[in-house]
Amino acid sequence: MIEVDNLHKYFGDAHVLDGITTSFEKGKTNLIIGQSGSGKTVFMKCLLGLLVPDKGTISYDGRRFAELTLDERRSLRQEMGMVFQGSALFDSMTVEGNVMFPLEMFTDQSRSEMEDRVNFVLKRVNLIDAHKKFPSEISGGMQKRVAIARAIVMNPKYLFCDEPNSGLDPNTAIIIDNLIQEITKEYDIITVINSHDMNSVMEIGEKIIFLRNGIKEWEGTNQEIFKTDNEAITNFVYSSELYKKVRQVYISESD
Amino acid sequence: MNYVSYIGSYAIMVREVFKKPTKWSVMRTLILKEIDELIFGSLGIIIFISLFIGGVVSIQTALNLDNPLIPLSLIGFATRQSVILEFAPTFTSIIMAGKVGSYITSSIGTMRVTEQIDALEVMGVNSLNYLVFPKIIAMMIYPFAVAVAMYVGILGGWMAAVFGDFTSSAEFIEGLQLDFKPFHITYSFIKTFVFAFVLATIPSYHGYYMEGGALDVGKAATTSFVWTSVAIIVMNFILTQLLLG
Repeated sequence: MIEVDNLHKYFGDAHVLDGITTSFEKGKTNLIIGQSGSGKTVFMKCLLGLLVPDKGTISYDGRRFAELTLDERRSLRQEMGMVFQGSALFDSMTVEGNVMFPLEMFTDQSRSEMEDRVNFVLKRVNLIDAHKKFPSEISGGMQKRVAIARAIVMNPKYLFCDEPNSGLDPNTAIIIDNLIQEITKEYDIITVINSHDMNSVMEIGEKIIFLRNGIKEWEGTNQEIFKTDNEAITNFVYSSELYKKVRQVYISESD
Repeated sequence: MNYVSYIGSYAIMVREVFKKPTKWSVMRTLILKEIDELIFGSLGIIIFISLFIGGVVSIQTALNLDNPLIPLSLIGFATRQSVILEFAPTFTSIIMAGKVGSYITSSIGTMRVTEQIDALEVMGVNSLNYLVFPKIIAMMIYPFAVAVAMYVGILGGWMAAVFGDFTSSAEFIEGLQLDFKPFHITYSFIKTFVFAFVLATIPSYHGYYMEGGALDVGKAATTSFVWTSVAIIVMNFILTQLLLG
């Protein structure tokens, strides 16, 4: 379990994260949502240890990040997988090279063992014929799959995804969402997704945290989000007529 | 105050580069790749520039020798001294600050902008060691490139002097051998090692700590060239004072 307690982060005078307390459980897809500038990315970077919080603690299965030594932090990070918004694949490496990279860096596996593992995860994300291609030669959706493959190749305990659907067509976005959810269940990992894609919220949001001006405004499931009276979240989630109608249908059906 | 802060963060960066080394099997490949990119990839421009600079030094010396009492062998002597002491190590390093420095800043800067450095850090890789250390080691071969520059510079001087009919080949070679001090070569290579470190680390610093987007990568490369050149010129003065003063 990842436990966040009273997290604060300042940039100069700007109070970007204001006392966030929450937890993320194993085997669940957790979504952090909010408008641009609400502190989602900063929160994610604090979870990843890329930013140091000014106050508060983050614990990974009881291990407080701030109290770990540099080596312990790097070991902990080897238990994390991250899918970046722009995929962040290494331009100079092929798809195979990108996925194999963590294995080369942190394991003593032989070349054939690494190739087997790479083939396995690439097959798992439904990428079969792209091994020798470079990131610039494949589509955005395929890049996201490679990023997911790279993130899970080391069997991580924690998977973080920063807007995994951005820049993808609706169909590919749903496929990526489903893939992340399947992997979360299959490997029984803790998945935290930063998103403002409403399809993701409704489809895979087993736990949703809504941030507003750096404050945790609301927390609940994708079922509860239909029924909440919280004005800020309803204004955010049901900003379009389509989603308003979806909500009405859902409520009328559940009644 | 800002400059002091920059120097401090540069020193911290250099310390981090040598911490938590990357696995040797991976590092070996990276070093060989950087040697190919930074050193062998620069030999063409180094040879081209050195040949012409040597020629220009030789011609200018010859044109200024209007006193019949001064022997023509001075052309070879002046070319050797200029090329070995300054043009090969310092001038070549300024050119390298433009070529290699911009490459380093823009490649690391692009990795920063596209979150590839964040990806390395999240994986638990010491990104500074992974990105900068191979460049520092590769640049330790840089004296080889400067030795080539010395040879080609003197060759260019000889060609300009002999084919330009300013002096004979024998007189030029006599000048080359005149009052030769082996320590000048040592001095030149000591400078080159220091410049190599500067060439690998200052552009890396500007790339690694850059913020912003694609446009800022270009700005960082320009800033990197300016500061690498300034550092080379200042270090040149300090080392010359220490070693020859």
